[in-house]
Amino acid sequence: MPKFDFDSINLGHGSGGVLTHNLLNSGVFDVLQNDLLNKKHDGAIFELEGKLAFSTDSYVVNPVFFPGGNIGELAVNGTVNDLAMCGAMARYLSLSFIIEEGLPMEEFWNILNSIKYCCDNAGVQVVTGDTKVVEKGKGDKLFINTSGIGTLHKKASISFDRIAPGDVIIISGNIANHGIAIMSKRSGLEFETDIVSDTTNLNFTVQKLLNVFGEQIHFLRDATRGGVASVLNEIAKDGGMGIEIAEKAIPVAEQVNGACEMLGLDPLYVANEGVFIAVVDASVANDLVVLLRNDENGSNAALIGIVTNDHRGQVILQCAIGGKRVVNMLPGEQLPRIC
Amino acid sequence: MKYLSEYRDAAIVEKYLDEIRKLVTKPWTIMEVCGGQTHSLVKNGILSLLPEYVRMVHGPGCPVCVTPLHLIDKAVYLAEMEGVILCSYGDMLRVPGSKKSLLEAKAAGADVRILYSPLEAVKIAKDNPGKEIVFFAVGFETTAPANALSVLHAYREDLKNYSILTSHVLVPPAMEAIVDDEMNVVQGFLAAGHVCTIMGMDEYYPLVKKYKLPIVVTGFEPVDLLQGILMLLKQLENGECRLENQYTRFVKAEGNLDAKKIIQEVFEIADREWRGIGNIPFSGYEVKNEYATFDANKKFNIRLDKAEESKECIAGEILRGIKKPFECPQFGKGCTPIKPIGAPMVSSEGACAAYYHFSNMEAMA
Repeated sequence: MPKFDFDSINLGHGSGGVLTHNLLNSGVFDVLQNDLLNKKHDGAIFELEGKLAFSTDSYVVNPVFFPGGNIGELAVNGTVNDLAMCGAMARYLSLSFIIEEGLPMEEFWNILNSIKYCCDNAGVQVVTGDTKVVEKGKGDKLFINTSGIGTLHKKASISFDRIAPGDVIIISGNIANHGIAIMSKRSGLEFETDIVSDTTNLNFTVQKLLNVFGEQIHFLRDATRGGVASVLNEIAKDGGMGIEIAEKAIPVAEQVNGACEMLGLDPLYVANEGVFIAVVDASVANDLVVLLRNDENGSNAALIGIVTNDHRGQVILQCAIGGKRVVNMLPGEQLPRIC
Repeated sequence: MKYLSEYRDAAIVEKYLDEIRKLVTKPWTIMEVCGGQTHSLVKNGILSLLPEYVRMVHGPGCPVCVTPLHLIDKAVYLAEMEGVILCSYGDMLRVPGSKKSLLEAKAAGADVRILYSPLEAVKIAKDNPGKEIVFFAVGFETTAPANALSVLHAYREDLKNYSILTSHVLVPPAMEAIVDDEMNVVQGFLAAGHVCTIMGMDEYYPLVKKYKLPIVVTGFEPVDLLQGILMLLKQLENGECRLENQYTRFVKAEGNLDAKKIIQEVFEIADREWRGIGNIPFSGYEVKNEYATFDANKKFNIRLDKAEESKECIAGEILRGIKKPFECPQFGKGCTPIKPIGAPMVSSEGACAAYYHFSNMEAMA
């Protein structure tokens, strides 16, 4: 870590004055440096060929450091993955910090280095950014916003209106790891576990799928906030189709399942940061799962259900014991039960 | 998962279902007392698997649902007091009070914290000597030992800034109130396994004897529930009424003696108001006088007008098994988990929320 003026961020670091310049010039630019960022313009100027995808997301996770990652990793991987779900390869990101005064410089530095590490992994560059500091109590340590631009895969044709009855629903891996990793460190709920967040960039995995299966991939979405259940409901409602899934087929690691039992949470609603759902033509479903299972981000990939003309707008779960029930959207945050 | 997967085995479930189908010759109405059982029945799709002759009605065993409106108002009042940290189990936060819920109070700036254990609240009290920490001690006999233990811990550590706002209710008096009601439809009970794990089974013999009703102490997993239903149906079909224990892997006849001792040290039995049902004599716990300094009701001067329940909510009839959630005109229309009118729509253990969350709304309409 380079030598900074202060041990922690203060309001001056967001003033645009000397402290802001010192902060940026004594480390931030060096860490993230690339040709476009080095110009230190108000914005980045560049050319991109072909169809583009553009996405934005804000990151407010508490705690900012959690088992398996930190807010900086989420901020890069999250936007890279949103672009990937459009069928695009992320190229450039913007990066905005809203910092609550008092954030230790060392934590800021660690997060910045995680951002750099994740950018390199995903093959993306931060080309413009912003830093603001708010008073103590007006933020929650650190908020980050990233926006991203990516170039679309030539064979990508991904949208709700391509989802058709008979399509197969595939999940790329074990669910609920991220949400449980966060819960395990939240004040008042701490428990001993080695469950870690699944945060990762999915863009290369998706590109690989698109290279082989192209237009047979009808829809993609990462199952972040609200978990798998929420994404499936979005697909059912916005796609105007019915969805049937089998509880038995949904991959959940035993430890995560145990934590969910203990906390009274349903893993279907718990957040993921490295898991996506693919709705694909039935003719390629099995091959696609095989390919996914050979990818580092898809070793637990599974067929979990089908799209149907029945019960449009609804997700029906075939329970492990044989009964059936509806899987609805969550009304607000999932709250732990009394007993 | 060991000790869970065995009780979710599709083949065993099918075996019990088959036995139930063969056994039943006429319609029976069975009440599962505990909200956890309701949740499991609906979540696992068991209601859709049972033969038509077996009608399950859902009991009052959801602590969130039966906590009276004025106690929610008290909790909100305390949460909004300067210098108070109000700690609560998670699913109390969304329950509507007469003006707002704890979640709304939190959004408006009150320090409301979700905890899994009241012992965490004692730790918060220790770490924040300048603040008053109030734990919203809600629940049946199951949560009573931990809530009582928190008082004992605070007492031993001589903490002056910890208290509990109790809304403790007891299961057997509520079961008696249900069968005593002239509109009663319940012919047999699945008693709450967790409650009996603490309290044992003795309290239920007088009920069986007085009302000639079979009772089976039952667990929460699909296999538990179906086995419990089968045991109860066998008695009903044979014209028997006995107390039986399905949940033998946890429930001992005498219960958990250590836990009972802690409860008796801190709490005493008192009359208690149940939301939607009304006052039931000797149906709750209050903090004993020796520990009055840990009783938020006595510690704080809470001045509140007693609010009226919404006339539109038929929670009372639902909690007594007289009506099913979808027989309520407001179900899924004026009353949803996002904007609940009554408490059974809030907790996932509440019958209304369980139906709303896991059922096909269109099929019910």
